[in-house]
This record gives sequence, structure tokens and C-alpha cells, in this order.
Amino acid sequence: MMVKRKSISYAKWGYIFIIPFFVVFIIFNLVPLVSTFYNSFFENYIAQGYMQIGPNWVGMDNYSTLFSPDTELSKYLGNTFVLWLLGFIPQIFFSLLFASWFTDLRLKLKTGAYKVIFYLPNVIMAAAMGMLFFTLFSPNGPINDIYMKITGAAEPIRYFDNVWTQRSVIAIINFLMWYGNTTIMLMAAINGIDTSLYESAQIDGANPTQTFWKITIPLIRPILLYVLITSLIGGLQMYDVPQIITKNGENVNRTSMTLVMYLQKHLFSKNYGMAGALSVILFIIAGVLSMLVFFFVQERDPKAKKKKGGNK
Amino acid sequence: MTKLKRVLAGSLAVLMAGSALAACSKKDSGGNGDTSYKGFNEEANKKAAEAGAFKPTKAETQKQNTEGSEESKKQIRIYTWNEEFKERLRCYYPEYDKEASEFEVNEDGSQGARKVGEHEYLKDGTEIVWVTTPNTDNQYQNKLDEDLKNQADSDMKIDMFLVEADYAMKYLNGPYTMSVAEVGLTDSDTADQYEYTKVAGSDANGTLQAVSWQATPGLFAYRRDIAKDVFGTDDPEKIQAELADWDKFNAAAAKLKEAGYFMLSGYDDSYRVFSNNVTYPWVNANSEIVIDDNLLKWVDQTKEFTDKGYNNKTSLWAPEWNADQGSKGKVFGFFYSTWGIDFTLAGNAEDNKGQKDGLYGKYAVCAGPQAYFWGGTWMVASAGCDNKDKVADIMKQLTCNKDILLDITKGTQDYTNTKSGMEEYASTDFKSEFLGGQNHIALFAEAAPKIDFSKVGPYDQGLNESFQSAMKDYFTGKVDKDTAFDNFYKSAIEKYPELKKPGK
Repeated sequence: MMVKRKSISYAKWGYIFIIPFFVVFIIFNLVPLVSTFYNSFFENYIAQGYMQIGPNWVGMDNYSTLFSPDTELSKYLGNTFVLWLLGFIPQIFFSLLFASWFTDLRLKLKTGAYKVIFYLPNVIMAAAMGMLFFTLFSPNGPINDIYMKITGAAEPIRYFDNVWTQRSVIAIINFLMWYGNTTIMLMAAINGIDTSLYESAQIDGANPTQTFWKITIPLIRPILLYVLITSLIGGLQMYDVPQIITKNGENVNRTSMTLVMYLQKHLFSKNYGMAGALSVILFIIAGVLSMLVFFFVQERDPKAKKKKGGNK
Repeated sequence: MTKLKRVLAGSLAVLMAGSALAACSKKDSGGNGDTSYKGFNEEANKKAAEAGAFKPTKAETQKQNTEGSEESKKQIRIYTWNEEFKERLRCYYPEYDKEASEFEVNEDGSQGARKVGEHEYLKDGTEIVWVTTPNTDNQYQNKLDEDLKNQADSDMKIDMFLVEADYAMKYLNGPYTMSVAEVGLTDSDTADQYEYTKVAGSDANGTLQAVSWQATPGLFAYRRDIAKDVFGTDDPEKIQAELADWDKFNAAAAKLKEAGYFMLSGYDDSYRVFSNNVTYPWVNANSEIVIDDNLLKWVDQTKEFTDKGYNNKTSLWAPEWNADQGSKGKVFGFFYSTWGIDFTLAGNAEDNKGQKDGLYGKYAVCAGPQAYFWGGTWMVASAGCDNKDKVADIMKQLTCNKDILLDITKGTQDYTNTKSGMEEYASTDFKSEFLGGQNHIALFAEAAPKIDFSKVGPYDQGLNESFQSAMKDYFTGKVDKDTAFDNFYKSAIEKYPELKKPGK
């Protein structure tokens, strides 16, 4: 005890320095989070536009309404997933392609300008991108003008009145907004690979396809997974682009209504109960995905440790 | 690996919990299984319709905990969503100080393109503060709800706000209004106003809470050039004979189609004409949603029009809908009420806004198959208003002063809320240049007394929007009729959790 007291402990400064974060976190994150859980067990909304109903304790009623077949929550989850996938597949394809071109030792491309240009769509507000594409693809917009002039068709293509054309427009916007971001992340990952690996592979006669599949992909796997899962969580919260493209999501039998758009539906009557319950479900889904990220990011270095300790 | 297992086990547990919840909910809905049905059920709907109309109640008026500050008393704060009322006040309110407000009138006296200073004042030095929030996505109402709720404890009082016919009832029955009598207007002041504007401006107990400077009867505005081409005449009386009822209207649509034109632009164009002539209001005494026969007729007519190509498949307020009203459009006509003709159609018809070219002078109006109304703006004094006398004067001058109202009609073609004045104008040679010299006031004066506001309820705005958007999928052929009705009920109950599908 005596010895310990003599040594000066700097640990308390560490704790003092992280206090601001925890204060902000507790006030702005933890309290709203807990109150969301709390609210989800109440009936609490405004009727006729001005009459406050509740809050009345209803237990799990909000949840059972959400999971009842009439609500079709799984449909909105499916929509969210489909919309995300439609944007993510071209995004990862082009990002990998550009990242491997830009980092190719033999091509020696000057990439600074491209990086900026690729990233630019992401700087624009998502809602503005939505408005832009809504105008571009509208029945009397430029895309249809060109189409009708070339083909001589009398009727425009109504992109927003069809399941897959509507979803494709949303996917294009998401792809354009995010491929630059992903490209830059993958470039950083590829640049982190020891160049001697590529050199020795080339000396051994490996062609670019082989080095890509056998060296690049396995070594950037953790980053790829990170990209996948962060994009999945981002996709889960998809809201502004489809909201604007589909005009509140009710277009075409609600085939492009995402979970967060459905959440927004409860804003009209300030329905805190249902919105809370839906938020809790979203929280659980996002939480599971976040745990996966955490797990995969951790996986990288402990390999050596595990070998020492033996495998269970 | 252990971590992965733990994560997988955790997520599995979550999924199981979810499916357990899903299972118990199935049990719940199984209880009333015999009344559940898909789509629209005529019998249940009829039963619900006969249960009597929903009776809203007037909420108790909000108590003010804080008095308005001195600053607040020197400011008159008005909440609005567009420029229409501002223009009326600036141009026609005699106490408006045009000089101090740096307000400039166009040389030819026309609307728009005016300049106004940063601060606006009344002649006694009171500043007018406009709080403008656009109407899109319910923004205006959200802002208004929030600020009115905080009014009790705020020392900056809102003095007046504007509401539209579609959601007027929400505010008039709510706790945030000051009755017109309390503001200082008497029954004799408002005696010359149209009866329906007073019904619309009253709360559930029949107390007048809001006044309007306009009445908004609707007409059918059509293109004179297309009329000549297809019917051989552009005379409003002869065209009216062609469109006198819905059967004739449909026959005229077929004729127009043959000649390569569209009768209407989009799906929702005729909606108001049907929805204003319903037998039952949207919601019954048991909070069940009632779909009136007339709305079903609208669904069938619009489906027929869409399938046969009588309309151009647009939606209300969409850019292509606006474009259809210009000289490149091939649409015969539009259902429009008073404000629609001078505020919207006139703007869309001119190729260069404000240039009097394009279709200027090539539209005419006729009564159309059924009388209806659309929109209208009401002025409401808010509870806690601390400039009562000034609000009273604005209301009195702009809604009860016949001379000023007639000036407004002269200047803007708006149909103003003075029965005797409008009847005078109807019999004179008042004419609209935009409508090719027609005296449209005469037609409006005939339509205005027919307006029936008794079927309007507090749910109209939300339910009309949900109904139109759900039915659109049926018109475009994306879903069958039952699914469209299911989507409507679903969207309606999301908006108003207190409502029920009939029979459920």
C-alpha cells in the first residue's frame, strides 16, 4: 500500500479528459435511447390534430401491431434490403475496379483529381440529389425528352410508376453518392499492402487478374467487410432519397418504402408509441450488425494471441 | 470463434423474440377473424355510413401564463404559407404604410414582381412580422402546432394565423383560437359574407372563429381553341350543355380523344367535384372510415378515363400537370376554383410568365357537371393575441368592407366574400381579359350559394390525400382494387391511429 501511494497516478487525468464525451453521450444519446424504449410501451398520439391521447400503458401492444401481418413490416425490411443491395453491388464493383486501377504500380495514374471528382456527389445533400433525379426522370424531364426524340415514342416512360424502374433510380442515386467514398477507402487498404508481394508475384509470372484475386482481395478482406457492414447499417437507415423519389413511399403499392420511411409515417399524428416501438426494432437490427462489425474489426490482430493461448 | 458464436446466439435470440411477438399478435387478430376482410366491403361500409356522422368537440381555450412583452405588443405577428394574403394586405389594407414598408407597386398595377422593404409597418407604427413556412410535407402545420403550443408561456405572441379549408377544422376546434366576436366583429359586420364561409369558419359549437375575404366556388376552365376544333363552338353556354352531367362529360371525353386531345390532365382533377358532393362525411360516430358512393364513382370514372386514354396520367401540382395548362398541352380543361384561375391557371397558361402571351385570352369557364368548391383561406386570431384591435381592423377591412372587397376583385379577379357586391358585378359587364372577355363572376355567383360545407370533417385533408395516392396504383394498373383499398385504410390509420376500418 505504501509503495503504491507514493507513485503519482496520472490515470485520473485520463478519466477527466473523457468526461465531456460521456456527458454529451449520456444527455444526447443514452437518455433519448432509454426514453425510446420507455415510450414504446405507451399509447401516445394526437387525435384530430389537436387532442392528446395518452400516454397510456399498453405493454407490448405496439409491438404486436408492428408484427401483425397487416402491418407488413417484413415488406418494408425487404424493400430496404433490396434497395440497399441494388445500390451496393455496382458500388462495390466499380469501387474495386477504380481502386485497383488507381493503385496499380505499372499504370502509375495521377489520381488526386479523380478522387475529388468521385467524392463530389457525396458532398451534395441527399435530398437535393433526389430532387435532381426526380426532375431528370419525370415524364416531361430531359431523360424522357431524349428517349422520345430518339425512338419517336408518343408516351414517356413513367419511371416512378413502376416497381423496378423506381427502385433503379433510387439505386443509381445511392451508387453515385457512395462509390467515391468506398473507392477512397479501398485505395487506402490496397496502398497498405506491401508492394514487394506484387513485385515478387510478377517475377513469378502472375498476371494482373491473378494478383488481384490472390493478393489484393485476401489482404483487404477486413476492410471489405467493414465497408459491407457499415454500408448495410447505412442502408438500413435509408430515408431521404426514396422519400423524395417516391413521394412519401406510397407509390406503386409501397414497394420502395423503407423502414425509416415507415417510421416517418407515424410523425403525422405524433405517435410516439408506435414510432418508439419501431425504433427499438431498428435499434436491435442495427445493434446486431454493429456487433458483427466490432467482431470483424477485432479479428485482425488477436490471431497471434489465440495461437499462444490455444484454441478452445 | 467463441465471439462469433456469441454474436450468432445473440442475434438468434433476438429473432426468436421477434417471432414470438409475431405469434402472439396473430392470436390477437384471430379473435375478430370473422369481420376481417380484404379490400372494400360494401356491407360494412354501408353499416358504418348509417351510424351517423362524427361529431368533433371544441377544446377548451388555451390559458395564457405569460403576458406579451412590450415588444410583442408593438408587433403584429402573422403566420402564413405563401404570398397570397400578404399581397392582399399590402395592396388593399388602408392602414398599411406603403412608404415606411418601402412597398412599390408595378407601374401597370399588376400583381407580382413588386418590391418590399425588410421591415413592414402599419400607419400607426406597428411592425408586421410575417412568419412564412411552406405548405409542403405538412411543414406549415408542424410549425404552427409547435409555436401555438408554446404560446401560453411565450412573451412573443402570435396574433393571427391563416388556415386552409382542408384543415381549418383542426384549428377551429383546437384550443388556440380567439372567437371572432371576442376579437370585436359583430354579426352585422359579417352579414354580407357567404353563408358557407361562415359555416367553415365556425367551431363545433357553431361559434365563428375565422373569417375569409374570398369564397371559392369551382368551375370548369376549358380551352377555347380546342372547343372550337372539337365541338364547333367556344360559347360557354353551349359547352356547358355538352358537359351538363357526368354521362355527357364522359361522352365529350370520348369525342375529344378521337380528335387527339385529353379531357382532363390527371387522375385527381375531378376528385373535388365528387368529394364535395358526398352524402356521408369521411368518418362516422364510431370513428370508422366511410367511403362514400360518390368517391367510388370517382374511382370508376378515373379508371375508365385512364384505361381509355381520356387523361394524360399526371398528378395534381406535378410539373407535367402544370405544363398541360400551357400552350403545348393537349388537355381540354381543368376543374378550378376562384383562386385557381387567377393564381395558378393564368400563370401556367402564359408561355412567358406575366407576358400575356401563349394561351392568354384562350380559356373560358363553364359550370361543369356538378357544383363544388376548392380551398379558401381563413384568418384566425390566436388565443393570447395581444393586438386585438389591430387584428379586428384587418379582419373588418379585408373581409367585411364591401368597397375594399370589390377593389380586390377588380384588381386580382379573385371572387370575394361579399354577396351583394358579387351579385352587382355578375349583372354588369365586368370581364376577365384572361378568359377572353368572359364575365366569370356571373358564373361564380351562381355556383357560390350551392356550396355545402356540412360534410367536411376534421379528417378530410389526410384522408383525401391517402385516398388519392392509394387509388393511383389502381389507375396505373399496378394493383387490383382490393389492394388499393387496403393500402388506403392502412395509410389512413397510420395517419390517424384513432380511426378504424368499418366492421373491424
